[in-house]
Amino acid sequence: MPRKKDIAVMDEVGIEVDGDMSDSDDGATPRRGNRRGGGGRGGAKGRGRGKKPASDDEDGEDEEDEEDEAPRGRRGGNRKRATKKRGGSDEDEEEDEAPKRKRGAAKKKKGKGQDSDEEEEEDSDAGRGRKGKKGGRKGKKDDEEEDDEDDGKGKKGKGKDKGKDKDEDDKKKKKKKDGSSSDSNSNDDDEEESMSEGEIARLREEVEEKKTLIANIRNKPWRMKRRLTHLKEAQAFVDKFEGALGKGKGKWARKWYAYKVMMTKKWIKFQRDFENFRTACIPWERKIKEVESHFGSSVASYFIFLRWMYGMNLVLFGFTFGLVVIPEVLMGLPYGSIPRKTVPRAEQETAQDYSVLMDFNGYCKYSVLFYGYYNDQRTIGLLKFRLPLAYLMVGIGTFGYSLMVVIRTMAKNADVGGGDGEEGEFTFAWKMFTSWDYLIGNAETADNKYASITTSFKESIVDEQENQKDENIHLRRFLRVLANFMIICSLGGSGYLIYFVVKRSQEFATRDDLSWYEKNEVEIIMSLLGLVCPPLFETIAELEDYHPRIALKWQLGRIFALFLGNLYTFLFALFDEVNTKLEEEQAIKNASIWAMKEYYANFSRLMNDSEATPPPMDPSDVIRGPCWETAVGIEFVKLTVSDIQVTYLTILIGDFARAVIVRFLNYCWCWDLEAVYPSYGEFDISGNVLGLVFNQGMIWMGAFYAPGLVLINVLRLLSSMYYQCWAVMCTNVPHERVFKASKSNNFYMGLLLLILFLSLLPVVYTIMTLPPSFDCGPFSGKAKMFDVIMETIDLDLPAFMGTLFSYAANPGLIIPAVLLMVLAIYYLNSVSEAYKNSNNELKKKMQMARDEEKNRRNNTDSTNQVMKDLEDLLPNRSLAPPPEEPEPEPEPEVKPTKTKPGKGVKLEMDVTLASANPNARGPGGRPPGPRGPGPGGPGGPGGPGAGPGRGRGRPPPR
Amino acid sequence: MQDCTFFTRKEILRLHGRYHELAPHLVPMDYTNDPECKLPLALIVNMPELKENPFRNRIVESFSEDGMGNLSFNEFVDMFSVLSEMAPRELKAIYAFKIYDFNVDNYLCKEDLEKTLNKLTKEELTPEEVELVCEKSIEEADLDGDNKLSFADFENMITRAPDFLSTFHIRI
Repeated sequence: MPRKKDIAVMDEVGIEVDGDMSDSDDGATPRRGNRRGGGGRGGAKGRGRGKKPASDDEDGEDEEDEEDEAPRGRRGGNRKRATKKRGGSDEDEEEDEAPKRKRGAAKKKKGKGQDSDEEEEEDSDAGRGRKGKKGGRKGKKDDEEEDDEDDGKGKKGKGKDKGKDKDEDDKKKKKKKDGSSSDSNSNDDDEEESMSEGEIARLREEVEEKKTLIANIRNKPWRMKRRLTHLKEAQAFVDKFEGALGKGKGKWARKWYAYKVMMTKKWIKFQRDFENFRTACIPWERKIKEVESHFGSSVASYFIFLRWMYGMNLVLFGFTFGLVVIPEVLMGLPYGSIPRKTVPRAEQETAQDYSVLMDFNGYCKYSVLFYGYYNDQRTIGLLKFRLPLAYLMVGIGTFGYSLMVVIRTMAKNADVGGGDGEEGEFTFAWKMFTSWDYLIGNAETADNKYASITTSFKESIVDEQENQKDENIHLRRFLRVLANFMIICSLGGSGYLIYFVVKRSQEFATRDDLSWYEKNEVEIIMSLLGLVCPPLFETIAELEDYHPRIALKWQLGRIFALFLGNLYTFLFALFDEVNTKLEEEQAIKNASIWAMKEYYANFSRLMNDSEATPPPMDPSDVIRGPCWETAVGIEFVKLTVSDIQVTYLTILIGDFARAVIVRFLNYCWCWDLEAVYPSYGEFDISGNVLGLVFNQGMIWMGAFYAPGLVLINVLRLLSSMYYQCWAVMCTNVPHERVFKASKSNNFYMGLLLLILFLSLLPVVYTIMTLPPSFDCGPFSGKAKMFDVIMETIDLDLPAFMGTLFSYAANPGLIIPAVLLMVLAIYYLNSVSEAYKNSNNELKKKMQMARDEEKNRRNNTDSTNQVMKDLEDLLPNRSLAPPPEEPEPEPEPEVKPTKTKPGKGVKLEMDVTLASANPNARGPGGRPPGPRGPGPGGPGGPGGPGAGPGRGRGRPPPR
Repeated sequence: MQDCTFFTRKEILRLHGRYHELAPHLVPMDYTNDPECKLPLALIVNMPELKENPFRNRIVESFSEDGMGNLSFNEFVDMFSVLSEMAPRELKAIYAFKIYDFNVDNYLCKEDLEKTLNKLTKEELTPEEVELVCEKSIEEADLDGDNKLSFADFENMITRAPDFLSTFHIRI
């Protein structure tokens, strides 16, 4: 038994050799093929015999190989029963085998050094023979054991006999093997009969092994037939010996196993369903995906932002309506009961006119939608609901909630990984191999998927091109500076223009003889700026030559700055109005009090009875103040509504009509409308995002004065989702350069946060400083709106709370608290900075490690030139007639380093495929021996090996 | 049989129903005497599960023993077993590799990638873009610098792909 000897040597050499073995195991494959091709056994024999330990291993490998072949041979025999020809089927076989071998080898590399049984089982696909071998190694310690282990192999040997009868080519070389294995087989049989204690234990082990094989067989990438035969074998074995061993748990174990499998499946199915359900719960996911697949993630990012806004506004809507509007409707005084809830007599005739209602006057103005309608009763209804308090709290809570949500989302997005494009190392490869969803079975979905894959590839290509771009950096810098300069100039210019116009309008406000232009100067200038500047910026931005994603950010920022002017003028006008209203109110307040007194005086005089309580005045007759809060609310509502109208009309005319014209007039036009001038519109991301952001700012500012505004906004976002999705799908064309949106919408969020802050200021200012109207709204009669909180503290909370609050409001406490917060912010900031730094370090290290690995592999390839040359000779050798005497060559670096597993298969293919393939690198672990025949080969097809000059350092043939 | 796949007995029977459906006149209903019968590629590819798949021919071919796409029932079951969601990642990776290896040389070389890409995008990318993408993907995944992807490269790449498991399976 040569194996024992081999193993002895192997053990001496140690683990390192073990690795070698696994490598040369792969190497053995081509050799086998070669042998078969040449029909000669001698070469292999000569090569294998006693050179040094390494080649001894080889011999062991030979054995393994043959054993490995056994089932295969049998299989081949089954398949080609009639023909008995081996050659043709062998090639197929080798292909099949390829991945298997690779896998086995890869695993071995991992598990190198671990001599555990488990590894063995995993390895079993690399050839059953290994098992025998390992058993043999163990056997060094205990001879019996080895034999026992061989038993399994012996069985296989039997099976092999069957297969080999049909295998005429291999017969010769296997004969020896058969002899040895059947020897051990008979040994085993003897020992089995004796059945010593140790025997049983080992047998049990064997059975366990087989069982794991049965359990794992489905994981093996074999052909079905092969699996079936293996399975039957293993099962037969288990059945045979399990009974003998008295392990009666077979049936139950199987049942238990089946149950477990079933439960796993059910669990997986449940998880899948749950996942499906969860995705189905995300609104508009499909719509957005569809848009994304055609227009790229940048356009989709707008819709995702829109959806996010919708969600946030829904919550705001819930707060406002749940805590303010609905309680008022249900429990408050009904319409017409008090003056603030009644349309004044003067307006009653026109109060239902359409135009008046459209201006939010008339019945609209005196409805629950606006601030003025609410009463200042401290509690309403049976539940004693403190409406004024709730009103104030909801007003403040709206801001609080929005701030919290925006900041949280920003933080979460930042956590997602600042993901501006850089996402791992395998962008393209992953896209290539994992983007197709094999589940797709619907033509429409498939079309969408194709579109989305194409788009995503284009996005990545744009990114990649951007990375590769290197031109004159100085020129580009200069252009960028120039562009920024120009933009700052135009921004400054428009800012000054707005300031100038607003000043002038204040001047005009005092005069009466105004022309139409002078009256509307501010609006005209503003809309002109809004019309001219964005395209101008876009043109200038082209100078900068940024990546479109960054360009979008710049564009957004610039237009945002421009629009801030818009906001500024609007607020300016509004405060003017509020101030005049406040003055007016003062006068009216006195007037109305006087009128009331007059009324009662008249009444008592008429009745001549000062005791009788006078009937209350008809609410619509009461003189009332202008109620500036409602006026502001109406202003915001009007603005929002007109904004909606403008946006929708723009889409309808600018996109839809244009698309229709381009599409249908194209047949009878002198130039190609689709290609040349108007063509189809692109989706204007920056404009739409800014529109959304500014609209939200209006909502935040106006919601306090007009609770109904939130409702309007929710409806608007809802409709705009459908409307814009439709518009973008049917009237727009994708951008010329589809680019990937940054994974986090953080830039949009940043803009939103800024707007939130800006809109917070005026509202808080009005709440804190301006006196509320005396006769309308929940805070009427108080000096300041926040007095309602003081009132609650005083009246409803226990006394000590009041003192607590007064302490808390002490500047001596507030200043340290603020200081503490600043410190905390500073600390957290520096901590996050440090984390970021270490993160970057780690990333760099990972990149370096990866590069190093790559380099190392490359180096081994290039330094082991000799090996390459060796491999190049391989195909020729196989065709060589009788082998020459192997040249003994000192081979220091023959130690196979990183063999590419499975290359052996490749080589074999080379033989059969006329080896024109330049890929032949072959297994690294070639022993020096077999190179001999190389030069004598009858002209290998690739030619490289034909020459005798296969010294080291010759470049690999390409 | 059940032990060789990720299917239960019932599922295998159901699969056989499907297999039978594809060609009622070719496939016998009982396998007691182990008849040899194979279905040609054209029939299998028309299953609704595969119909829309750009790689359908490759899938069937790589699971067929003769490489031409003729599947016996065993191979048919094998195919759906590997593509089922119970199959482990390594096994799927092996077959994915085979599927993408168009010219069956056990390497994913540039032509393979180009074919893959064109199938994925319905040839909507320009040749330069295709070139770029192929080069980039090889560059990314190729660890040994031979300008083509061996299985080790492929496995290394695919095991880190986040959605390989979720996309590489067919429910039947």
